[in-house]
Amino acid sequence: MMNYDNKTNTPVNERVIMGYLEEICDPEIPVLSIVDLGIVRAIKVKEDAPGDIEIEVIITSTYTGCPAMDMIAAEIRVMLATLGFKKVTVTQSLSPAWTTAWMSEEGKKKLNAYGIAPPDKRFTIPADGVACPQCKSCNTKLLSEFGSTACKALYQCSDCREPFDYFKCH
Amino acid sequence: MQDANRSINIENVKTAESLQVPPLEGFREAYILHLADNSLILSHRNSEWCGHGPVLEQDIAITNIALDLIGQSRNFYQYAASLIGDTDEDKLAGLRPEREFKNLLLVEQPKGDWAQTILRQYLFSQFQYLLFEQLQHHPDDQVAGITAKALKEIKYHLRWSSEWVVRLGDGTEESHQRMIKAVEELWRYTGEMFVPADYEKEAGVDFLTLKEDWSKRVQAVFDEATLQVPLNTFMQVGGKNGVHTEYMGYILTELQYMQRAYPNCEW
Repeated sequence: MMNYDNKTNTPVNERVIMGYLEEICDPEIPVLSIVDLGIVRAIKVKEDAPGDIEIEVIITSTYTGCPAMDMIAAEIRVMLATLGFKKVTVTQSLSPAWTTAWMSEEGKKKLNAYGIAPPDKRFTIPADGVACPQCKSCNTKLLSEFGSTACKALYQCSDCREPFDYFKCH
Repeated sequence: MQDANRSINIENVKTAESLQVPPLEGFREAYILHLADNSLILSHRNSEWCGHGPVLEQDIAITNIALDLIGQSRNFYQYAASLIGDTDEDKLAGLRPEREFKNLLLVEQPKGDWAQTILRQYLFSQFQYLLFEQLQHHPDDQVAGITAKALKEIKYHLRWSSEWVVRLGDGTEESHQRMIKAVEELWRYTGEMFVPADYEKEAGVDFLTLKEDWSKRVQAVFDEATLQVPLNTFMQVGGKNGVHTEYMGYILTELQYMQRAYPNCEW
């Protein structure tokens, strides 16, 4: 049973586990990790006996109906099992409700580079003015409040004509 | 000769009265199931638009709303299952008979045309928004947590559907006529929202305020949409207590087919 991280040779703690979970991508937006998205809310590591570690990962869904939650929970269990942790539980929490305020700045940059306009806390769903992730123009318009997934709205750039998703501020 | 063999054992015949005995769950469980059933059945109705929406963007919008609703219903069913014990969300959704479903009659009505779907979504979202605003402060942590999270999504449903009510009501002659027809079809099912069932009496909901606020907001949207709020309509009730319109059986036949044909199937 491992109780030291192989790479850094430091004791396994919450921070180390969080580092592992950064490798798990969101199934819908593979450029973001579940940590970037703010889905991982807390990690609890308990050492029952020397080398006998119990881990609880607390996650929350972005939107209530997010179909990816079961898959994400399974991926967490598989990854930690592969690393040798035998006692792992994944708990889903409802409250406080997920908000885009939990998305990391790093995550927002990755999102923009991927072609999805990141959430802008100045507005929930602006009628226009979201910067186009392709050409950076703000001459854009809202096509639909509901995009390819519940968390996105559909926009089009009036300059480069490219349609794009905006990650709604939620 | 056959008649003799067919003599009926009177003790085995359930009287109409015994059929009306409420199911064994308590009030709290019944109320959670009512909330879950509302979301599940409307989700099912909205999902009927998948691939059939008037334009792609609105097809995606209505199915997104269906997904949010199914998420709500899952949260409520999971919580109800934990209270009832020896059951799970799939059994509660997939194996209960019609008379145990406690959803509003409004949500089981056919999707109709786009006007009817839009109007129903608006009337329901307006109701759900105001109801969940109250429930997010419920002393039951689970109810508060589920409704607070859902409320963030219902804001989108409400904004989208109310904008469409205005667009269609104050649109072309054709869309206006269709909205009038939709109001005629659906209005009679709105009264039930504000008539508490037995299990709602201790739910901590202020139905009077709910009704007042709902009526005020609906009036404002109808005014903008150049639609008349019907007066003195007969209000059909029953759904909350399991007495449904004829459409409910057909919905369950479709929705429960898989669990009943292949019990415990998963994929």
